[in-house]
Amino acid sequence: MAVKPELLTTASSLEELERLIAAGADAFLIGEARYGMRLAGQFDLDMIKQAVKLAAPQGVNIYVSVNNLIENKVVESLPSYLQALAEAGVNGVMFGDPAVLMAARSAAPNMPLHWNAEMTSTNYATAEYWRKRGATRFVLARELNMEQVIEIKENSTMPIEVQVHGLTNIYHSKRSLVNSYLDHQEDSGKLGSASKEQGLYVMEAERKDERFPIYEDANGTHILSSDDICMLENLHELMEIGVESLKIEGLLKSVEYNEIAVRAYRNVIDAYMADPEGYRFQDEWLEPITEAQDQKRELSFGFFYKEQVY
Amino acid sequence: MTVAESTYSGATSSVKTRYQGKRHRLDRPELLAPAGNLEKLKFAIHYGADAVYIGGQKYGLRSNAGNFSFEEMREGVEFANRYGAKVFVATNIYAHNEDIGGLEEYLRNLEEVGISAIIVADPIIIETAARVAPKLEAHLSTQQSTLNWQAVQFWKEEGLPRVVLARETSFEEIAEIKKHVDIEIEAFIHGAMCSSFSGRCVLSNHFTDRDSNRGGCSQSCRWKYDLFVDDMPMYPEGEDQFTMGSKDLCMIEYLPELIDVGVDSFKIEGRMKSIHYVATVVNVYRQAIDSYFEDPENFVLKQEWLDEIFKAANRPLNTGFFLDTPGAEDHIYEPEDKPAPYDFAGVVLEYNEETGIAVVQQRNYFKLGQEVEFVGPGGRFFKQTITQMTDDKGQELDAARHPLQRIHIRTLAPVEPMDMLRKLMIKK
Repeated sequence: MAVKPELLTTASSLEELERLIAAGADAFLIGEARYGMRLAGQFDLDMIKQAVKLAAPQGVNIYVSVNNLIENKVVESLPSYLQALAEAGVNGVMFGDPAVLMAARSAAPNMPLHWNAEMTSTNYATAEYWRKRGATRFVLARELNMEQVIEIKENSTMPIEVQVHGLTNIYHSKRSLVNSYLDHQEDSGKLGSASKEQGLYVMEAERKDERFPIYEDANGTHILSSDDICMLENLHELMEIGVESLKIEGLLKSVEYNEIAVRAYRNVIDAYMADPEGYRFQDEWLEPITEAQDQKRELSFGFFYKEQVY
Repeated sequence: MTVAESTYSGATSSVKTRYQGKRHRLDRPELLAPAGNLEKLKFAIHYGADAVYIGGQKYGLRSNAGNFSFEEMREGVEFANRYGAKVFVATNIYAHNEDIGGLEEYLRNLEEVGISAIIVADPIIIETAARVAPKLEAHLSTQQSTLNWQAVQFWKEEGLPRVVLARETSFEEIAEIKKHVDIEIEAFIHGAMCSSFSGRCVLSNHFTDRDSNRGGCSQSCRWKYDLFVDDMPMYPEGEDQFTMGSKDLCMIEYLPELIDVGVDSFKIEGRMKSIHYVATVVNVYRQAIDSYFEDPENFVLKQEWLDEIFKAANRPLNTGFFLDTPGAEDHIYEPEDKPAPYDFAGVVLEYNEETGIAVVQQRNYFKLGQEVEFVGPGGRFFKQTITQMTDDKGQELDAARHPLQRIHIRTLAPVEPMDMLRKLMIKK
C-alpha cells in the first residue's frame, strides 16, 4: 500500500500558517534570516513556539530552516538556538552547513535533521554520507529530473523531500548586487531597499518573456526562477514511487495563491490515496492554480522532464 | 576594493590590523597554480609554482579545459618531481547518481600515477578516495562554500588535511578559523571569481540547459540584464545594464597580510587561461613571496610586479572579500575591454651564448620593427625592437607568420629556454 506523502509548505506569518493548515498542509518550513535563507517570512523563536502550539494539536509538523551558509559570528549561537528549537517542540531542522550538524550533536541530539544543500544535493551516495553523520531526511536539488528522482528514491535509505510547486533559487551571492548597480548609476537612494517586497526582476535581451525575480536581504542577493514548478498533473508519478514529502514553495506568493495551491495538492494527494489503482487526474483540478497564476510566469515541470548537458 | 596600476605607494599596504594566524604544516605558503594542459603545467612549475592543479577526463568543473589523460598526468608528475613540486587534480563536481560508477577506478588511477591530492566538493568522493586511494590527500573545494571554523573542524575530523575556503571569507574570518582549527587553509588570491557563492548558481541550467556544477557553466553572470521595478525598466536603453559580473581577484598588494594570517596555500585561478597568463602571474607571486621571506621587515612591493600583473590581466582587478564586501566599483558594468595591451608572441627554445642568438617558437604573429619584451623566471626582463630575424635555413623574415615556426632572433641580453616573448599589441 502506498504511504501518504506529507504536504509541506512555507508560511510568511502565523496567520498564513493557520490558513494553510486549514487548506490542508501537513507541515511547514519556517525560520529567520540569521539561520535560514530565502524564507517566505521571518519567524523569531517566539513565533516558532507559537507556530508549534498552533500546529502540534492538529498533527501538523513544524520544521525550522537552519540552512544558511554559516559564518563564524553565527557559530557561537547555534547550540543555544538548536536547543531552544528542541525545547519548543520543533519537529525537524533543515541544514546544509556541517557546522549545524556539529552543533546539533551536543545541543539537540534527538532533533531530526533534514539535509538540504540546495542545488548541490544531487545524489543518493552523498545523502548516505550525511545520513551516517546524522541526517534523517534528504531534500533533493530542484535541478534533478524524474529519472534521477526515481533512482534516488530506489537507493535512498532516508525519506526524501521533493519540491513540486513554486519558484526555485537559481543564484545566491553574498554581494549586494542591486544596490551596487544603483550606486554605479549614481542613483543610490532610488529604491530605498531591494527587499523581496519591491517586485524587482531582471530580464535578459534574448529572453524577453522570462522575468527572474531578484532581491537582497541580510544573506546577500538572491535570483529566482522565471517559472513556477507545477507537478500537480503528474503528482502521482512521485506518489507511486513513494516520495515521503512533497513541497510547495510559497516564497514571493500571496497568502491567497498559496491557499489555492495547498488546496489543489491536498485534493490530488487525497484522491490518489483513496484509490491509487483507479486514480485519474481531472483537468479541472488544475484550474484554480492556472487562474491564480501570474500570467507573466510560466507554470512548468521544472527540470523533471529535462536532459542537461555539461 | 579595486587594484589600480597607479595606486603604487611604495608602502606594503594600507591594512591597519594585521591578523596573526598559524600556518599548519608548511613553513612557507605554497604557491598553487592552475594548469589546463601539460605545457601549461610545465610553465607554471618552471616559473615557480610549488604545486599545480589540473583536471582529468572526468569529475572536474572545466569540461572545456584541455583536461589530462592519465599518461599526461604521469608525465606532469615526473616533470613536477624534478622541481620538487606537486600535482593536484580537481575532482570538484557535485556528483549525480550516474557519476558514481567508475569513481573508484578513477581515483585509484590518480593515486597510481603519483597525484598528491584531489580537490573535492562532494563528500562521497572524499569517502571513496579514503577507502580506495588512501595516499591521495583530499582537499575540500571552495565549491563547498566553507565560511566558518566549526565546518572546518568538521572536515578536519573527517580526515581532511586542507580546506579551500569560500571566496567570501575576509582576513578577519580567516584569522578566526585559524585560531580555532589547526588545519591547512588554502585561499584564492588571484584570478576570476564566481560572483555567487561557489556552487550556488544554476543560471546556466536555466538559460542553456547546461549543468554548472558539473562543468557546464556558460558564465551567464557576465551577461547584461535589464532591471525592472513595477514592470518598468529602471533605466532606458543605452545606459549601463545590470550584471553580476565581478572584477578579477588580485592580492599582490597584501602578501604580508596573507602570510601573517596563516594562509598555507596561495591559489591562482585559471585552468582555462593561457601559458602567458599563468607563467606571468606565477612569476610575480613567486618573486614577491621569496622577497618577503628573504627580509620580511624591509619587504617592499615592487612596481614592476604590478606592471607584470597588469600585462597579463584579462579584466580590471580587485581584492574580493578579503578587506570588505565588494560594491559598485568591484563589478564590471561597462563593456569588457582587455586592459592589457600585451600579447604572447613566442617561447624561447634555445639560446646560443656565443652568438647571442635565440631560437623562438612562434605562438602569435610578430614582425620586424616591432617592440617586444623577453620575460623569464625570477624577474628576468628586457625590452627590445626586432631588427632582424631568420628561419632555420637562415632566410631573412619580415614577419613570424606561422604557428610553432622556429625564429632566430638576436637578443639584447641572455635568455633561457622557456623564457617568453611578448609583444605590444598593435592598436586596431
